Amino acid sequence: MANILAQPDGMTARHGGRALAVLAAALVAVIFLAPASWSRPPDWAIIPLTGWVGGAFNWLAREAGIGGVQVADITRMLAAAAQMPINWLKILLADGWVKGAGFNKTQLAPPLSWLGVIAVTALIGWRQSGRGLAIITLFAGAYLVFFGLWASAMTTLASVMPCVVTALGLGLAAGIWAYRSPGAEAVLRALMNVMQTVPIFSYLLPTLLFFGYGPSAALFATVVYALPPMVHATVLALRSVPTETLELAKMTGCSRAQTLWKVELPVAVPKLAIGLNQVVMMTLNMVIIASMIGAGGLGYDVLRALRRLDFGTGFEAGMGIVALAVVLDRLTQAAARNQSIGRHGLWKRRDTLIAALLLIVPTALSYAVPALAIWPENWTLTTAPFWNGVVTFINQNFYDPLDALRTAMLLGVMNPLRNLLTGAPWALVLLLLALAGYALGGRRAAVTVALLMLFVAVTGYWEAAMSSIYLTALAVAFALAVGLPFGIWAASRPKLHEPVQLALDTLQTLPTLVYLLPAVMLFRNGDFSALVAIVFYAIAPAIRYGMAGMAHVPSERVEAAAMSGCTPWQTFRFVRLPAALPTLILGINQTVMMALSMLVIAALVGTRELGQEVYTSLARGETGPGIVAGLCVAAIALVADILLKSGAARAARHEGEAHA
Amino acid sequence: MKKLMTSAMLALGLMTSATPSMAFEPESTQTIKLMVADWSSMLIDTEILNIILSTYGYNVETVVADDSARYPGFETGDLTIALETWQTTQDKAFNASLATGKILDMGELGPHAKEEWWYPSYMEEKCPGLPDWKALKNCAEAFSSPETAPKGRYLGAPVSWGGFDEERVKALDLPFEVVHAGTEAAMFAELQSAYERKAPIILWVYQPHWVPSVFSGSFVKFPPYEEACYADPAWGENKSATHDCGKPEGWIKKMAWAEGEKVWPCAYDIVRKFTMDGKELGDLVHEVDVKGRPVNEVAMEWAKNNESKWRSWAACAAN
Repeated sequence: MANILAQPDGMTARHGGRALAVLAAALVAVIFLAPASWSRPPDWAIIPLTGWVGGAFNWLAREAGIGGVQVADITRMLAAAAQMPINWLKILLADGWVKGAGFNKTQLAPPLSWLGVIAVTALIGWRQSGRGLAIITLFAGAYLVFFGLWASAMTTLASVMPCVVTALGLGLAAGIWAYRSPGAEAVLRALMNVMQTVPIFSYLLPTLLFFGYGPSAALFATVVYALPPMVHATVLALRSVPTETLELAKMTGCSRAQTLWKVELPVAVPKLAIGLNQVVMMTLNMVIIASMIGAGGLGYDVLRALRRLDFGTGFEAGMGIVALAVVLDRLTQAAARNQSIGRHGLWKRRDTLIAALLLIVPTALSYAVPALAIWPENWTLTTAPFWNGVVTFINQNFYDPLDALRTAMLLGVMNPLRNLLTGAPWALVLLLLALAGYALGGRRAAVTVALLMLFVAVTGYWEAAMSSIYLTALAVAFALAVGLPFGIWAASRPKLHEPVQLALDTLQTLPTLVYLLPAVMLFRNGDFSALVAIVFYAIAPAIRYGMAGMAHVPSERVEAAAMSGCTPWQTFRFVRLPAALPTLILGINQTVMMALSMLVIAALVGTRELGQEVYTSLARGETGPGIVAGLCVAAIALVADILLKSGAARAARHEGEAHA
Repeated sequence: MKKLMTSAMLALGLMTSATPSMAFEPESTQTIKLMVADWSSMLIDTEILNIILSTYGYNVETVVADDSARYPGFETGDLTIALETWQTTQDKAFNASLATGKILDMGELGPHAKEEWWYPSYMEEKCPGLPDWKALKNCAEAFSSPETAPKGRYLGAPVSWGGFDEERVKALDLPFEVVHAGTEAAMFAELQSAYERKAPIILWVYQPHWVPSVFSGSFVKFPPYEEACYADPAWGENKSATHDCGKPEGWIKKMAWAEGEKVWPCAYDIVRKFTMDGKELGDLVHEVDVKGRPVNEVAMEWAKNNESKWRSWAACAAN
């Protein structure tokens, strides 16, 4: 165990490392001493990118054409096509068939009764998984009905389902393409990384230009956001199909298409399910933003409630989104699991008949009993006054200690770090990052990092970018410091897995605004509230990957350690931790990505960084600055990704050598 | 099975539906798209317009759009009518869009918009001399927070709303630091927090809005706004700086997609005549925001109580 760190070329590596460390220390010293004017790139170096991008988009949306057909007309047609399934689902689930409006409004047919929809969903859950899932479904449905959220929830469901299906289909197709062609993979990977990290507010405005206002624009924006994890998961899943299986397929004379559909995809289903889970979670995570551009539903209820500071009602509507997410996720997961272990014939002919009856009877009855179509308003429950009371109580009784905490953090940690980063000479920060790239990943990593940071510098958003880095770095540090140890601890307690999973899903889909505004009441507008919000959101992947890393340590190794007389601490330090390291580093990567993607939401409580630039340009209706500032966020994310990936590769090499 | 279901539903539906007598034939079956942003007064008056237009048989749809992001929509015809455009925040963007010739100014809605620095009434004790702005010079400390002390902390609106508060603080030499809230909700969350604890706060408030009706307090009285104040440094208190005055008050206007005039002339006529009183609208907002009643219920109630009024706006549709 003692020679775990020894390497064949240990001496040279250590020398190189020392030289780098000295250089880095020297650079840090200069940062403290440099004059203030060095802190931002000179004005002549700034390229007017924002104007060019804005102009290009306006031209594309208003004038450009392909063969005499305007680009905008094509995208409008797409939007109209996308609108159709949403409209039909809405009529079926939420609105019913309505003719006329105002004084002449008549309902030709009611929507499907809530009783029927819930019963059928529970039946599907029962057949796919068992009684547990059926009960979860019933509970979620009852919550939506009794709290008066049903109509909104169905509107949300109607606009979410086409998103999930589209992202799923496109993600699978792109993933398969990337798996088959290495050239395509490199391009797709870069594209997906950018798509995942450019904040959605950046491309919301162009989306509106091309697709018009309304649910279909929300659909396109959501698909862009939710697609990347599906592509990544598909590539990963197809790669993990054992070569023996593929050989077998070849020997039995399968064609290429047959191999794909009959062998590779079915074998890959369990890993595809992870992608599916993320698509569902991210789509529902978008519900709030989608409702800002006309998707309506639960997201709109949340916004409306928060606008009049009715935190309780906002929380209830937010939990409605969580309920939808959990049911959708558990159902699709169960279906995927059954597919992969070849359990078929769970759904019988008779079940179809039962389901049809369950839908028709209550819906038909709802003509006589209107409560079956729309649950009467004065029968609904609400816990809103209670939650509002809790917020008021905390505000009145705990404000002072909390404010002292905020002030101490702000004055002692946050402001100094921010001043250090925004005041440091930009060229040196760039150099330092490039050095880090060199130390971890060699020349290529160094050049890429330097180019990405140079891009940020010439856009003129350097200062804003430094503020973003400061906020993200602090949030990531907190999230990891709490999340990883908790995840590692929870991994060894199987009883905790289910509840932790549910808590994480809730954190990921409960709209951030729901807890952001109460946070503002206690911590005021500004960076501290933003930090709290980012930490809450970014802690989910830290815990998730902490658990996953520990859970997948090969049991033989742990047993071997026990037999050779390791103490529990030694087993953890020298066996479990090294084995889990790659997964943990992936967890760090995802924590960074989530934290960066939250910057835009954090802008809603008054930060001053890239997220704010993006948000403000959306509010002002300027395409250029929004996209360029968004690309700066993506550049920072890519730099973090490169550094972490190189670090992970190094750690994996160490690990491999240690076991060699 | 499905077929049976739909036909059954259809049959049942036809039995229950009343057949309305429709004398007026709308000029076009194209859908009129009414824009709504996310504040209550606009939701209510737009719902009322929705009731009126659809009663006369127009196809109407309400579309949610962002206050400032609306202009491309109106220029391309994705949005047809908006009942509220506030001079206080949208003046520049509205005029710029008007200059393209693609949108129409449909006249004022009625209520008067005001926005200004605002403080809760319990602050009058801690800062005697309010509402006169000069009092703020001497009691900035009463409004301070740990990170701004000894300067006062003024909570401004979201950056995108503009408002020139940094310039105002500098020009009037006020010992205050401007902190921008990220969103309106975050801004008023802080007000509610301070109000519950009777803690110091001074912030941006506007009306018509529910806040001034729920919380008791007053607007600060700055030297009244004139155009010259924002343009000419020599104007006012500070001879070498602009913005040494309060914020402009102003109209709330209705706007529309210009091409639509040809498609639905009668509907456009109704929109031009559509007006509401500031007090009347404020009461409706109170019903929704403070009492928590649904928007469509409040709007329908107004429509039932004021039927003769809106029927008179729709003279072109009556026959």
